[in-house]
Amino acid sequence: MVGVMAFVHFGLLDINLVYINPTFLWSAIVGGLIMGLGFVLGGFCPGTSVCAAAIGKIDAMIFIFGSFFGVLIFAEGYPAFESLYKAANLGNPRIFQTLNISENVFAFLTVFVALVAFYFVSLIEKKVNKEEVSFFKLNKQNVLMACFGCLLLILSLTMTDRKSFFLKLVEDENFVKNYPLEEMTPDELAFRLTCQKCEQLRIIDLRNAEEYNKWSLPNSTLFTVDNLFEKEPNLFLKLKRTKRVFVADDEMTERKAAIMALKMGYKEIKILKGGLDNFTKEILQFEPIKEPKTIDEQYRNRFRTKAKIEIAELIKNNKPQGPVEKKQKRALGGC
Amino acid sequence: MGNDMKETKYMNPYLAGFLLGLLLLMTIYISGRGLGASGAIKSFTVAAVESIAPAHTSSTKFYQEYAKEHQGTSPLMNWLVFEVIGVVIGAFLSGLISDRLDLKFEKGPNATNRARWIGAIIGGILWGVGSQLGRGCTSGAALSGMAVMSTGGILTMMAIFAGAYAFAFFFRKLWI
Repeated sequence: MVGVMAFVHFGLLDINLVYINPTFLWSAIVGGLIMGLGFVLGGFCPGTSVCAAAIGKIDAMIFIFGSFFGVLIFAEGYPAFESLYKAANLGNPRIFQTLNISENVFAFLTVFVALVAFYFVSLIEKKVNKEEVSFFKLNKQNVLMACFGCLLLILSLTMTDRKSFFLKLVEDENFVKNYPLEEMTPDELAFRLTCQKCEQLRIIDLRNAEEYNKWSLPNSTLFTVDNLFEKEPNLFLKLKRTKRVFVADDEMTERKAAIMALKMGYKEIKILKGGLDNFTKEILQFEPIKEPKTIDEQYRNRFRTKAKIEIAELIKNNKPQGPVEKKQKRALGGC
Repeated sequence: MGNDMKETKYMNPYLAGFLLGLLLLMTIYISGRGLGASGAIKSFTVAAVESIAPAHTSSTKFYQEYAKEHQGTSPLMNWLVFEVIGVVIGAFLSGLISDRLDLKFEKGPNATNRARWIGAIIGGILWGVGSQLGRGCTSGAALSGMAVMSTGGILTMMAIFAGAYAFAFFFRKLWI
């Protein structure tokens, strides 16, 4: 539990993808009580019985045979169990949501209760068995384990979790403005959009869904800042041999997302200089310069006039691909 | 379990528990799900019934629902089945290393053989039924459920131990 929390905290685990056992109130309680009785009678739980059978304990093999039979009884008598089995389905709540307390408080209480219980149980065991089952002895192992726990605690307290860390990083406007990022000029984007042979370009559109559905560039995908921290959308930022350009209405939004992505270790990320607002102004609503003086201005007139028509056509024909496909499929677990 | 005192020393249970916790954490990290045991027993049962009486499984609700949940694959092509095979191998190796391999029928000092095997079989049956109702056993519901702080898992765990404490007194003769 504490380990899972730490992994989530440090961004190693996306809890949205982890199987959370469902809660069916009555069936959980009745099933648990039956298993408790089975514990006392059989002396094993399924896990320990398998282990014991593997080293040749005959009583464990009998137990396993019994448990096959138990499942069979449940399967054949399913109509009788079904109403209880499916009653009071509360979904997949997590205990701190049910109790309406913070996750940390629950974890702390659990660890505290467990330590106290272990201590007293070891006292009782000592009395009954007259055998040392040390729980509180100051040996190397225990000290090491305690140190590990303390280290984890200190790290979690001093380090913010990964998502807030990155979000905080880009709060500083000056930092974001001055961060060296590869920029793509509107002309380059226009060129790449109309170019057939160029390296693949992925446009990562950070605008909201409404704007995106109104119009979007070909090969673009709707993306949110939250997507950056999710596992499936991330795969999309890892595609090899493609360049990615972050686009939004304004450059600051692009910069923030691009900085976070780069800091997370993604590569080949560019931003559109001046944002889509600028792109619209410079390319999509381009008005040719009257009486171009330099050769540059002539070229620009020629290129942009052509690009304007072609890209308008591309946008018209482009069916928005919608948000990045989130196959946020939880792992299937449970028994 | 705790009742047999052997020459070879067992690992400190708290250390073993700590290691089990680390294993569970790695399992969740790698595969997004926790450990389990009763699920494999269910898979074996379903597979056995399926091969003996296929007509029966296709017409009975429990097996139909099972098949729907597991999308057409064989019940044995299941994460837990492979995990349990690993457990068997691991337990065997562990027994080999600590010299604890032998065919042996264990029971409490004052229990008769008959009481022990009847107890074991009834205990097994109760676990079979209970783990289906509880949607997991001590591994799948209690251990894994607690690791991800699932309300259902923690509830099942408390019920298991409440049940065990409540009934322990009546069956103490089996063990002490």
